[in-house]
Amino acid sequence: MLPPLSTEQVIERTVREEWGRILASLASGLNDLQLAEDCLQEAVISAMDHWGRNGLPRSPSAWLIIVARRKALDKLRRAQNFARKENEIAYLLELENRPLDDPMTETIPDKRLEMIFTCCHPALERKSQVALTLRTLGGLSTDEIAAAFLDKPSSMQKRITRAKQQIARGGIPYEVPQDADLPERISTVLSVLYLIFNEGYSANSGTTVLRSDLSGEAIRLTRIIVALLPNDCEAAGLLALMLLHDSRRNARVGPAGEIIALEDQNRKRWDREKIQEGVAILKETLPKQGIGPYQIQAAISAVHAQSPAWEQTDWAEIVALYELLFAMQPTSVVQVNLAVAVSYAQTPDAALVIMEKVATAAKIQSYQPYYAAMGNLLARAGRITEAKVSFENAIELSENAQEIAFLKNAARRLLH
Amino acid sequence: MQFMCLIYSAPNSGPKPGTPEFGMFMKGYGDFTQTVKADGKFVAGDALQGSDTATTVSVREGKAETIDGPFAETKEQLGGYYLLDCTDMDEALKYAAMIPTSEFGRIEVRPVMVWDT
Repeated sequence: MLPPLSTEQVIERTVREEWGRILASLASGLNDLQLAEDCLQEAVISAMDHWGRNGLPRSPSAWLIIVARRKALDKLRRAQNFARKENEIAYLLELENRPLDDPMTETIPDKRLEMIFTCCHPALERKSQVALTLRTLGGLSTDEIAAAFLDKPSSMQKRITRAKQQIARGGIPYEVPQDADLPERISTVLSVLYLIFNEGYSANSGTTVLRSDLSGEAIRLTRIIVALLPNDCEAAGLLALMLLHDSRRNARVGPAGEIIALEDQNRKRWDREKIQEGVAILKETLPKQGIGPYQIQAAISAVHAQSPAWEQTDWAEIVALYELLFAMQPTSVVQVNLAVAVSYAQTPDAALVIMEKVATAAKIQSYQPYYAAMGNLLARAGRITEAKVSFENAIELSENAQEIAFLKNAARRLLH
Repeated sequence: MQFMCLIYSAPNSGPKPGTPEFGMFMKGYGDFTQTVKADGKFVAGDALQGSDTATTVSVREGKAETIDGPFAETKEQLGGYYLLDCTDMDEALKYAAMIPTSEFGRIEVRPVMVWDT
């Protein structure tokens, strides 16, 4: 059993849950993300005090937004440019003076969809999109974001401030894009969410604790987006993909932090609940005729998730799915994965034929998984000397100790 | 009979602290307090800190809930009060007109409720 949560923990958790919704609503009303964030931050500090004394109010989110609005009104009134803020002041006063029986029963209009489109606006750098999404919708502190991305807090702070200024000066609106731009803009949002998930999932760098939080955060945010965009098949596909990947979290790392290949994972340690949810989402989404790369990748992951053992994997199905994915996304990354699937569905030699096509692609010389896959395929095809060279190349391109240990182990096993 | 004189003014509408006018203004309050005490009218009187320090408490379902504010009155805020013992409303209003803030703000005068026993 988990130990009971302290008041601080309950407050922290509540604030994180409510942060995105409140900030989005505040920022779109005030037209000023920085002011909205400052005021919400002050409201949170005040909440620690009030809630610590009296326990949680009936509606923490209503409490926070009322106090944040009051702080905003106070700040705007004191501001030098008072006159230019008339509209915002009028907006706040109208809210403040509503004849409500009980302001604590207020439901906050959901502006999170508008907000995520703002955070993931194409005018912003990719890294800024990610940081701003985590800050505004995820409620992560700048220090937490910096730590997760191995950045200095000061430079992360600068990046986020700059992005907010860009939004304010560039007049980037808090709105859902026009229909014509929508698919492109949704795709940016999804890629930002997937990037956040992968930062948490890959063991490339950083401490593992913080990073698994990032994956959980990405799943939480994607759930929100799926709820807000119920007809978007790829959003649902991405959620399914994340859940299915994440179901293997406990099985893919050994007690000493070593990476365990899918082949060697103890499938009893896979999270059944996450698998069931991911598969259920896919079953509901796939018939909707809005197929895309996230759904296909989720489907591939689902084949593994539903296979009782590595030896019973339906490789023909996986090959078919990778071929479909390659038709949509003709990249070397997909082709390497297709080749590996073919090596099990057919033979390592058949896979090596596909790998010859990959070898001509640009930048493949620096793509570690290509060499790791080559090492595996060559070894299984009996071409031991070449396999050794490939594994050596892969090890040279690795960035961390776990990955190197994993490759050395794989090489040792395959090369006897 | 007791009368509550509530002193309202818009923020920054009176004399600025540090100016000679502010000194006069504060002396006016000292003089007024002396007068009502000498006349036997004074029951209580205080200045309040700014409305940005306000906290509101309410009890719902048996549980106390506190919240910051409201520090957002549209124009004026309550800055202080005098509780005076006067013979009637006319007399109370006469004294209220002597409160220095009446020159730029306003004084709301209300009789204190007397309960029949």
